[in-house]
Amino acid sequence: MIPTKDEFYQALVERHGAENQKKFDEAVVAICGLGGLGSNIATCLARAGVGHLILIDYDLVDISNLHRQQYKITQVGMKKTEALVANLKEINPYIKVETHQVKMTEENVESLIDGAHIICEAFDSPESKAMLVNLVLEKMADKYILSSSGMAGFDSANNIKTRKVSRRFYLSGDEVSDVNAGIGLISSRVMVCGAHEAHMVLRILIGEMEA
Amino acid sequence: MVFINGEEYQYVNANLSDVLKELNYKKETIAVEINEEIVPKATFDETILKDGDVVEVVSFVGGG
Repeated sequence: MIPTKDEFYQALVERHGAENQKKFDEAVVAICGLGGLGSNIATCLARAGVGHLILIDYDLVDISNLHRQQYKITQVGMKKTEALVANLKEINPYIKVETHQVKMTEENVESLIDGAHIICEAFDSPESKAMLVNLVLEKMADKYILSSSGMAGFDSANNIKTRKVSRRFYLSGDEVSDVNAGIGLISSRVMVCGAHEAHMVLRILIGEMEA
Repeated sequence: MVFINGEEYQYVNANLSDVLKELNYKKETIAVEINEEIVPKATFDETILKDGDVVEVVSFVGGG
């Protein structure tokens, strides 16, 4: 039996407190890229009861994604947006999810994420990361941007940190471990980094603005 | 004196584009703030560093 919306909400209130849960429930968070970072961030936020997610990715689920991303073997070949919504709804059937199966570019970023208050950058390529962070900071003055850089390889998970770069810009990662340097992405370390971003989202929502 | 990622440099009156080039940053993969304000990439060429400026260059690496 699936709990009612009220039962589900009350279970979260018991964990997080009524005041915090109301803030999570009313939040709109955009997740840009649904790979190792984004699929894990979305899962954390859905579990926490964040009310509304905007999920954006152009890609399909590939067998090479399964070691670190929140998809299943039966979902290989599906659109990541559709596969992730299905998985999130199994965790939290009451979450509102808006999806865009599209590649983000300088031209479409603003219209895609305009409805969100907090933006999670969860791309793979450094050029895309820089594009989104620059664009939000330059043109979207009311939004927070949370970004990640450096989470590849088997180095210590303790080197993954979050720092507040400036008032609206937070950066998670070790800032050096580059997947393009030939070191692979390991699920546990990528998840640590994604969890850092997700946790910072929740902290901002309850007014804890330090990293 | 200007501060770039916490280090002191003698780049007063220098052009931001030239400084970033000298420090081997790739324009496509960075975000630059001066005194906690983003510097639009379109203005790098005309941005001149002033004494006491605190410059933060975030250089993104791949993976996600």
